[in-house]
Amino acid sequence: MDDAPPPATHDLGGASRFRCSPVDPTDDAPPDAFGKRVDALRQIVARKGLMSVDELRRGIEALPPEQYHALGYYERWLRSIAAILVEKGVVDAKDVTP
Amino acid sequence: MFAPGTVVRVKRDFPEMRGRCHIRTPHYLRGLDGVVERPLGAFPNPEDLAFGRPAAPVPLYHVRFEQPALFGEGRGGDTLLVEIFEHWLDPAPAAGAA
Amino acid sequence: MAAPPSAESIALLERFVAALKARGVVTEEEIATQIARTDRAGPEIGARMVARAWTDPAYRRLLVEDGTAAAEAMGVSMAGAPPLGVLADTDRVHHLVVCTLCSCYPRQVLGYPPHWFKSSAYRARAVRDPRGVLAEWGTALPEGVEVRVVDSTADYRWMVLPLRPAGTEGWDEARLAAIVTRDALVGVALPRAA
Repeated sequence: MDDAPPPATHDLGGASRFRCSPVDPTDDAPPDAFGKRVDALRQIVARKGLMSVDELRRGIEALPPEQYHALGYYERWLRSIAAILVEKGVVDAKDVTP
Repeated sequence: MFAPGTVVRVKRDFPEMRGRCHIRTPHYLRGLDGVVERPLGAFPNPEDLAFGRPAAPVPLYHVRFEQPALFGEGRGGDTLLVEIFEHWLDPAPAAGAA
Repeated sequence: MAAPPSAESIALLERFVAALKARGVVTEEEIATQIARTDRAGPEIGARMVARAWTDPAYRRLLVEDGTAAAEAMGVSMAGAPPLGVLADTDRVHHLVVCTLCSCYPRQVLGYPPHWFKSSAYRARAVRDPRGVLAEWGTALPEGVEVRVVDSTADYRWMVLPLRPAGTEGWDEARLAAIVTRDALVGVALPRAA
């Protein structure tokens, strides 16, 4: 499909830029304390009906490409959860602005 | 509804080029033909859930693709199985009519 | 390897949690309880399900037809979780699970996804060069076996039911479960009797 527009940043299936990147089977440590905390937070706000998994994904997909690739997995989650809960008025933008 | 064995074509559409959206149909499958393996039930449309909108259930299918056709590489006989929502599928034109 | 979070991210998390606490959305206790609950899930659950399926034909049928019910039959709470789908390998088809769009993973029965599963390299390559990815685990399939990559794009979470390896005749469930690794449940590796 030569004339297709490029895929979105997160839409990585077949992406040529990673064609020669090895996958490291030993890279399998569980999340660190930061990751577990973000993970737990997401489950809690989902259970309370404040945010769905689809909204989490939409927030991650909205990250600019350079941020998407520079941030760690749970760093992306955190930015998405914060942005979505600001959008919904659960917290204020100033609560999550450096 | 698509019965198992139906040849379907994934819509060659790129909503990500038209602004904010959240879609679960990978870019690498757009416009390609696959075979319905089996229906997987119906689930609220993630394209709406991602924006907190009311989401009607949409039938979901497991669709099988020939792996080498996707990227012009890989081993003949290898396949891919992907969950695709019904509104992303059309019946494939009859062989020879495409 | 997974890089540690930046100081900026750590500060952002604490500011955000403080704001959520101030508004009564979460408590520190809820977070601790949730982490403890998530930590309890791990691949030994999926391994026990596979071992039981290898020895109990009725359970195998249930597992393949309704993974969610099969998990619940093992005492796993699946309430609120996405449906679990189980991909039964045969002597002609080997399944490999990936999520190219994010990182969908059957967490109730396998725990947290490993970092490599979430990596851009795995997500990009599994659908394009699955045999090359398998080779990084040293996994080679017998001649004539088809690789079927399952891209987990929507509402199910997928687990592989691998073939019971030769040389395990007469083993009990516990011994069988011990050879079913997380990697085998994703399809990047095969269970081995040795």
